[in-house]
Amino acid sequence: MKKSYKIEVDCANCANKMEQAAKKTPGVKDATVNFMTLKMSVEFEDGADPRSVMQDVLKNCKKVEDDCEIFL
Amino acid sequence: MNKKQKKMLARILIAAAMMIALHFARRAFGDRAQEPLWFFLYLIPYLTVGWDILLKAAKGIKNKQVFDENFLMAVATVGAIAIALINRSGDYTEAIAVMLFYQVGELFQSYAVGKSRKNISALMDIRPDYANVEIDGELAQVDPDEVGIGTLIVVKPGEKIPIDGVVAEGVSTLDTSALTGESVPREVRPGDEVISGCINQSGLLRLRTTREFGESTVSKILDMVENATSRKSRSEAFISRFARIYTPAVCACALALAVLPPLYLLLRGAAPGWGDWIYRALTFLVISCPCALVISIPLSFFAGIGGASREGVLVKGSNYLEALSKVQTVAFDKTGTMTKGVFEVNGIHHSSMDNAKLLELAAHAEIFSTHPIARSIRKAYLEGMVFRGGGEPAEKAESGGRRLEEERVADVREIGGNGIVAEVDGKQVAAGNTKLMDSLGVEYIDCHHVGTIVHVAVDGAYAGHLLISDVVKPTAGEAIRALRAAGVARTVMLTGDAKKVGEAVAAEIGIDEVRAELLPGDKVAAVEELLAKKPERAVLAFVGDGINDAPVLTRADLGIAMGAFGSDAAIEAADVVLMDDDPKKIALAVRIAKKCMRIVYENIWFAIGVKLVCLVLGAAGVANMWLAIFADVGVMVLAVLNAIRALFTKELR
Repeated sequence: MKKSYKIEVDCANCANKMEQAAKKTPGVKDATVNFMTLKMSVEFEDGADPRSVMQDVLKNCKKVEDDCEIFL
Repeated sequence: MNKKQKKMLARILIAAAMMIALHFARRAFGDRAQEPLWFFLYLIPYLTVGWDILLKAAKGIKNKQVFDENFLMAVATVGAIAIALINRSGDYTEAIAVMLFYQVGELFQSYAVGKSRKNISALMDIRPDYANVEIDGELAQVDPDEVGIGTLIVVKPGEKIPIDGVVAEGVSTLDTSALTGESVPREVRPGDEVISGCINQSGLLRLRTTREFGESTVSKILDMVENATSRKSRSEAFISRFARIYTPAVCACALALAVLPPLYLLLRGAAPGWGDWIYRALTFLVISCPCALVISIPLSFFAGIGGASREGVLVKGSNYLEALSKVQTVAFDKTGTMTKGVFEVNGIHHSSMDNAKLLELAAHAEIFSTHPIARSIRKAYLEGMVFRGGGEPAEKAESGGRRLEEERVADVREIGGNGIVAEVDGKQVAAGNTKLMDSLGVEYIDCHHVGTIVHVAVDGAYAGHLLISDVVKPTAGEAIRALRAAGVARTVMLTGDAKKVGEAVAAEIGIDEVRAELLPGDKVAAVEELLAKKPERAVLAFVGDGINDAPVLTRADLGIAMGAFGSDAAIEAADVVLMDDDPKKIALAVRIAKKCMRIVYENIWFAIGVKLVCLVLGAAGVANMWLAIFADVGVMVLAVLNAIRALFTKELR
């Protein structure tokens, strides 16, 4: 399953960091952050609950870049 | 400016004011206060403007992602303050200024990116917010997502069409410019298909929806544009790889610059001059900050894709924009791409029966086919076209009374690329090209006219042929010339049509080479052959009208689909989608891509060049930290401004 979320982040490098953090989150198969359109698209693993996984993604992103926001 | 940017601006202004005030205060009262006091006073503007950088650098270290520009800036400024303390020079202004200019650069960059983001999303502002549905005689605005297929919706003048559909009632003109870049409005009347995203200009329209919102053109296009920049080009990949090795490398160089020369001097018995060399190393760090590249390259692509979409050219990713700029060979489909794809029966020759009867049989044999040629035969029959004895079309006769009757047709077999065999009124009717006749063992009479010839055999005996011709698009010749001017070396036309027809069209519009009489599978083979022959770095593009060209579009280096209105296959298979069917747009797309790539390379060379010069100057001790930060921020500002240029496509038209 693939979902796309609106995000807020200031710099291209921070967006890359968010992408890395999201990719490492359990339950996430793949994630891409598009800095230009401010969108994060996340592909979830089968059986993962997007809601709870996204909470973890947000937490991990905040850890590497506290200036970011994901609108869930 | 948003809230965050305003806050940043305030911090910069306050810190700058404090720094200047302190500078003069110190001149006036420098001798009256102790050094530590000045240190703490200077610390206030430094922290005001730079606390978040220090924090981010610390966080980076904690998260084991040490080397980024925050780290570079933190080390450089803290180091500069430390040197000032140790040397007792009391010159803290330098560290504050470096931080200040760095933040100015960041602010400018975030402002510029935000601005161009807004510009581009305004271009793509085709997402409808609501649909008007009539419920119990009252109009209600509902979420387009909730409208089912077949619902009657109302579009008032000035509103966007929310969902693809067919006009049920009303006559109006549509502004399609948001989708196609075409400024001439399109007229619609009942029965016409309309595409979501167009703006209704004059009359009230009632539409019956033919798709759900999620499947509608507007959703598909938005989806595509939003995902476009996530496919990275080679240059972008290069930059992110470059940044990954580059930052640790310059840090190592800076460390070496700080330690090795003093040690060497020490061994020679000279004064090591630690302070001087560490200062040079810090300058080196400030210069080396890679922000100009990291931000300007993706921004150029983003702006390029945005500018192209304003012209009705949708590019699915930065990598495709890059490929587009390197196109050397272009292969075209003929029908629908270089020609209008509107066929007309222009003659019936050598018929062994009444012309009208032959047309009737052929029309019935082709009753279920969606091929444009079949459509034209049916149209000719339904409109009651009359052909003179010589086979030339005369004026239309009465059109009433003619119908296609399905019950008269049985056992239809479509033979891909060859034609159709069907049973009509109990007779076996074969309609198709010469290959079909050969395979049936029917002797045929060739036609000396240029056009598509549909031979008809009834019960195994030759019954004559229909001459069908297509019209070349008025801009096709100009399109080929424009492509040549844009650097395309070779143009090839691939067509399933007869050789004579293909060659006539190619000669008319100036295409170099024709491969004719290709079956759908042969087109893939032809493209593969062209791919094998071209130089390795050159790009082969295939242009098709997207309905049946999907496999070829996928096989070519770059698939360009034309006139993608409502054609799902095209949007999915192609890498570049031209919204309207004007072949001139191909050359325009190439020009936009070339301009964008030129900007990308300008920025890469400019930024790396200036950095290298400054790095050498810094290492040699010629450049101080002021020059370093000016070089860094200056290069970034220029690179960002240059990147935004990719958005402007007017002069390329």
